[in-house]
Amino acid sequence: MIPVEYYIILSAILFAIGVAGVLIRRNALIIFMSIELMLNAANLAIVAFSSVFNSFSGQVFVFFVIAVAAAEVAVGLALIVEIFKTKHSIDVDQMSSLKG
Amino acid sequence: MQLSETVHTGFFFLAPWLVFAPVIGLLINIIFGGRFSEKAIGTVASLASGASFVVSVLLAWSLAAGHGAAVTVPFLEWIHIGSLELDWAFRVDSLSTTMMLVVSGVGTLIHIYAIGYMHEDVRFKQDPGRFRRFFVFLNLFIAMMMILVSGDSYLMLFVGWEGVGLCSFLLIGFWYEMDTLGRPSWANSNAAVKAFVTNRVGDFGFLLAAFTMFWAFGSFQFDEVFEAAHAVAPGVIVAITLFMLIGVAGKSAQIPLYVWLPDAMAGPTPVSALIHAATMVTAGVYLVTRSAELYMLVPQAQYIVAMTGAITALFAATIAVGQYDIKKVLAYSTISQLGFMVAAVGMGAFVAGMFHLVTHAFFKALLFLSAGSVILGLERGHHHAERAHGHGDEHGKGKKGKHALSKAAGKKSESHDEHEVFDPGDMRNMGGLRKTMPITFWLYMIGTLALAGIVPFAGFWSKDEILLDAKLHYPTVYVLLSIAAFFTAFYMGRQIWMVFFGEPRHEAAAHAEESKPIITVPLMVLAALSLLGGALNLPFEGFHQLGHWLEYTLKEVEALPLNLQVAGISTLLALFAIFLSWLIYGRNPLRAGQPDPLKKPLGFIFTGMENKWFVDEGYFAVIINPFKKLSQFLADVIDWRFWHDWFHETVIAGTYNWLSNTALNVYADQKGIDAFANWLGTATQSLSGALRKVQNGFVRSYALSVLLGVVLILGYLIVK
Repeated sequence: MIPVEYYIILSAILFAIGVAGVLIRRNALIIFMSIELMLNAANLAIVAFSSVFNSFSGQVFVFFVIAVAAAEVAVGLALIVEIFKTKHSIDVDQMSSLKG
Repeated sequence: MQLSETVHTGFFFLAPWLVFAPVIGLLINIIFGGRFSEKAIGTVASLASGASFVVSVLLAWSLAAGHGAAVTVPFLEWIHIGSLELDWAFRVDSLSTTMMLVVSGVGTLIHIYAIGYMHEDVRFKQDPGRFRRFFVFLNLFIAMMMILVSGDSYLMLFVGWEGVGLCSFLLIGFWYEMDTLGRPSWANSNAAVKAFVTNRVGDFGFLLAAFTMFWAFGSFQFDEVFEAAHAVAPGVIVAITLFMLIGVAGKSAQIPLYVWLPDAMAGPTPVSALIHAATMVTAGVYLVTRSAELYMLVPQAQYIVAMTGAITALFAATIAVGQYDIKKVLAYSTISQLGFMVAAVGMGAFVAGMFHLVTHAFFKALLFLSAGSVILGLERGHHHAERAHGHGDEHGKGKKGKHALSKAAGKKSESHDEHEVFDPGDMRNMGGLRKTMPITFWLYMIGTLALAGIVPFAGFWSKDEILLDAKLHYPTVYVLLSIAAFFTAFYMGRQIWMVFFGEPRHEAAAHAEESKPIITVPLMVLAALSLLGGALNLPFEGFHQLGHWLEYTLKEVEALPLNLQVAGISTLLALFAIFLSWLIYGRNPLRAGQPDPLKKPLGFIFTGMENKWFVDEGYFAVIINPFKKLSQFLADVIDWRFWHDWFHETVIAGTYNWLSNTALNVYADQKGIDAFANWLGTATQSLSGALRKVQNGFVRSYALSVLLGVVLILGYLIVK
């Protein structure tokens, strides 16, 4: 059986990629995908621990996360579509109307 | 008990109507008088006063039927505080009914006379609208006088006492915007103020007496006070009686407060007769008589009262000799006669004092009213002469400028041999009125003989009774009063010769006209009373009616028989004085412009008499001017400069201004609270200005912040 450390490392790598994507990329869709990556990195860590501790609550929790992520994606994509309609761009750096 | 019995058996229940009859009269005249004719106004007022007289008669009758037992008629609850009960109750006894009869009787006659007198007076003064006001005041006076004499406590007496003082003030200043000659001036109103202020001094004495009384006895009620008086130290009674004497001196015009009475002659003549001769001024005599039981306890106080009266009697009589105004002579005579009464009651001769009060009311009212008739006669004569000359001028015969003489008061006449304004009260303008005004002459003669004390006129009997009492108890008083009586006969003789005999010294006197019956008829009644009034208390066995009547109220009354020595001396003195006055004024009648024949032989003494011994000037120098200066000092320096300018403006207002402007406004408010609030604002602004830079609007930088935050928290958790 693959030791749990591997899962955790993979999860950390995925999470780091997600973070880097959010911070570096300007395309809203890419950022969005990076966020999904981070979510799923977390999911991976949770199910890994779930199997290690032989507990189903982790798996149940992951289902919740997936469901919420789906809802979040729906809302996020709708927002991106609306922004695109007005700005004809999905570059997040141009979405700075709330600048102080 | 006795009270309920007598109330049912007599007319005592009518007692409140003594006061309310005149009050109703004056209310009718106030409310409806505007639509009434003068006759109707006069009739209402006279009837109101007459109703009071009828009530007085009924009360006296009931009292006589009840053998003189004093009755108290409760009327109104006034002040009830704890155990203190001050009620308005009427006391009907022989003393108060005597006063009631005099006040309402003489008062009614004077009301009737006033209808005629004021009818002409308001026309001479050119303001007929005041006719009604006069009768309202007159009725108010009767009501107040009735409260005074009928009250059963010193408090009610004081209410009336103040009320008559007010009426006196109102009526002296009746023609308030002119002087006695009708010229625009404040002379009359000054006279009214003088009377009021002088009376206030006296009233203060009365108040002190009342306070002392209340402090010592806890009551104002006559009976309770008299009962309690025996139990306290004589010093308290001395204080009460002497304080009371100050009140008496004010109201009854005794030394040193008599100075208001001569000036009070500024009022219309019926007022002089009613208030300032017959009734109000005798209130002091009534007060002493009422307080007889107090005075009897302290002979020292009695002596002071008697001496005050006697000195006043003599002093005023000497002044009367040097006066030229017909009413001023009578005014000083009144002061002198009041001195007789006060001396009498001071000596304990209460009956004699009351007797003289009654007869004096008759003959002095007669004299004043006759003097009023003389004045009116002269005014008529003056108008007549004026018209005649106005007519003559058109024919080029009359003296130049004569008719302008008194047409406009105060306007200077062109002719210099005439007075600027004709004074109808000046005896030097009179003379020879015996022929033009015969009825008035005879009435005046009767009054004069009564006042001079000639047998058998009323004044003889009453004055002799006083003299007799004085001779028995106080020889000094007897001497003083005898001399005063001599002067009395002399100045009255002088007046008669000057006014009615000789040749007219002024055209007005030559053309004087007799007054109408409405004026002369009341005078005839008064003349009859002056003639027969002595019958009230003849000093013979079986008579002494007034004495027996008053005995019901006053404890000890000694009925003295006629003393031929006293009577003889006083009659001889009076006759000699009249003879002397004839020698001086009658044999060689005064001519126009001639100075008084006494002036030369008496020199400065006559100047003193003429100028009232400079008492007014003395009062001005000693009291009034320093008082004015003091009040000016207080007003100007203390009140204005110190309190207003310095203390109020500088200290209080200055401090307040400094506090509000500088301390609170500038320092506390502007530099304190405002500055803090402003600093808060600017601080917030600059802080937010700094913080807004963080909000750059780039999503990724926010994300970076979140990441750093997470890393920090996690780092902290790990390190911990």
